[in-house]
Amino acid sequence: MMDRRRFLSRLSVGLSAAIAALVGVPILGYLLAPLVQAGPDEYVDVGAADQFHDTTLVRFRDVSPLPWAGQLADTALWVRRRAASGDQQFQVFSVHCTHLGCPVNWRQDAGIFLCPCHGGVFYADGRVAGGPPERPLFERDWRVVDGRLQVRTAPLPTVKTKGA
Amino acid sequence: MIRRALSSLGAWFGERLELEDSVMAVLLHPVPAALERRIGWWYIFGSVTLAVFIVQIATGVGLAMTYVPAPNSAYDTLQFITHDATLGAIVRGIHYWGAGAMVVIVLVHMTQVFLFGAYKYPREINWLSGSLLLLATLAMAFTGQLLRWDQDAFWAIVVAAEQAARAPFIGDWLARLIVAGDTVGGATLTRFYATHVFLIPAAMFGLVGLHLYLVVKRGISEPPAPGEVVDRKTYRQRYAALLHRGIPFWPDAMYRDVIGAFVAVVVVIVLAFVIGPPALGKPADPTVVVADPRPDWYFLGYFALLALIPRDAESLVIIGLPTFAVLYLFALPILFPAGERHWSRRPIALAVVALPFVAYGALTIAGFSSPWVPKLEGVAQPPWPIAGLSQSELHGSDLFVSKSCFACHRISGGGGQRGPDLTTVASRVPRDRIVERILTGGGGAMPAYSGSISPQDLDDLVAFLETRK
Repeated sequence: MMDRRRFLSRLSVGLSAAIAALVGVPILGYLLAPLVQAGPDEYVDVGAADQFHDTTLVRFRDVSPLPWAGQLADTALWVRRRAASGDQQFQVFSVHCTHLGCPVNWRQDAGIFLCPCHGGVFYADGRVAGGPPERPLFERDWRVVDGRLQVRTAPLPTVKTKGA
Repeated sequence: MIRRALSSLGAWFGERLELEDSVMAVLLHPVPAALERRIGWWYIFGSVTLAVFIVQIATGVGLAMTYVPAPNSAYDTLQFITHDATLGAIVRGIHYWGAGAMVVIVLVHMTQVFLFGAYKYPREINWLSGSLLLLATLAMAFTGQLLRWDQDAFWAIVVAAEQAARAPFIGDWLARLIVAGDTVGGATLTRFYATHVFLIPAAMFGLVGLHLYLVVKRGISEPPAPGEVVDRKTYRQRYAALLHRGIPFWPDAMYRDVIGAFVAVVVVIVLAFVIGPPALGKPADPTVVVADPRPDWYFLGYFALLALIPRDAESLVIIGLPTFAVLYLFALPILFPAGERHWSRRPIALAVVALPFVAYGALTIAGFSSPWVPKLEGVAQPPWPIAGLSQSELHGSDLFVSKSCFACHRISGGGGQRGPDLTTVASRVPRDRIVERILTGGGGAMPAYSGSISPQDLDDLVAFLETRK
């Protein structure tokens, strides 16, 4: 038989915990939502396919950016023209170096991508040419529809990103 | 007359607010009499850190009055604070130099506590709460830099997420949590802002409260003496006897803390006036790939470490080293709660302090010059002498820049430092080895140019290099 005092103290502790849970669960859910929410997975139009020659930087606006996102709603990718048409027509690379994510720069005359952070170097086809990176540049899926180049949206590529 | 009125007013409030039991009791609590000697100066750094922390709160609140934490306006508001707002550059400068001061002084404080063996029984939780405060300080320094929202800040977030992603099992989650979603975007900055101004400070207030409560309640550790070991059975009795002959904290010991705090704040403010806040880079823009992101000076050593670790050890160092350092911090008072406190009897402890300081100092120096960073911008005029060069040698000189050799190789003081200096390459390396190196690359860093250089260009480039004797 529980005495009155012990009952009241357990009641108080229990109710306090309930208050914390009632408030905490929605807040934690709100804060941790980005962990489980998948971003958009669609193809974005980046321009007429025949305007791309050699390797060029293409900039485009995200599909449904937050109204206050400003410049951050823009994405850049390296588009490499390989063939006149067909499956091999393009290679689309993320600008992020596969070492620690810094932006790689295409050097047209040298035919290499150079990373400004730690000197990672990649060949035109994305293979590692030197420096700290271990894997080739991250590639994006792409397709050509009605003569327009479209690239597939993707999260920030990391060392855990599959492929290549 | 006025003095008597003030004194009776003070007495009135004192009684109503029970100051005798609270503020006065804390101010007058006894500390070991040894603190009156010169060694007492070693005990000031906790208070100095607290003083600078208060400066950070005051300037931080000031900055938050103007700063708008949205990607489309953060940078503009910082420009406004820096260039237009009255005293804005000074307040920002104080906040910036105060951040550096906090990192430095908190490390000095921790080193002193470690070397004096003050983390031992019964002050283990003082150390643990202090360790959390150190981590919070570093987290504040990092999140604060990101709020500048320039190119450095943007790419620092990317690099932080990429590093976090290397953690086993939870890597992807951590990366998503850092950027608040799929990519660094509209949601990222507000998260960092709320973390910097609410989340971490709230934790710090609680931890500072606990830390100070324990400092007063447990008492400041007495200066150690060789051979005077901490024994759990006798320590508290011995310490109580020591306090019996102690001196009041206020003002006998505290005046030194106040002098230390004054010096620190003056240094911060002078730096804010003379050097000012850090220059803002170009505004954050994911589509501008010309960037050379680097952290503020106290993180340059870590930045250098990331560049210099061998490829195979990378994930181990990026994840393992911080994990080990944090685990060591937290395990320390649990593993060594008793025994000798004096540094002269703890040679390993001296090494544990000296090694990281020397290593981090060397890495910081390397971080400042960062010779591994390729030079991305070319030059209109080559910095090396070209007088008397033939037509093809001159063409080779141009190719040296346009083919990005210049990005990593230096000739006569111009060019990157990632690869060997080629000022006198012809006197060291025979022609066929130069050709081979250009065509096949090597050394782990140099790309092979066989696919991207014509035979004619190769001849000209080599002809030019042959003139570098």
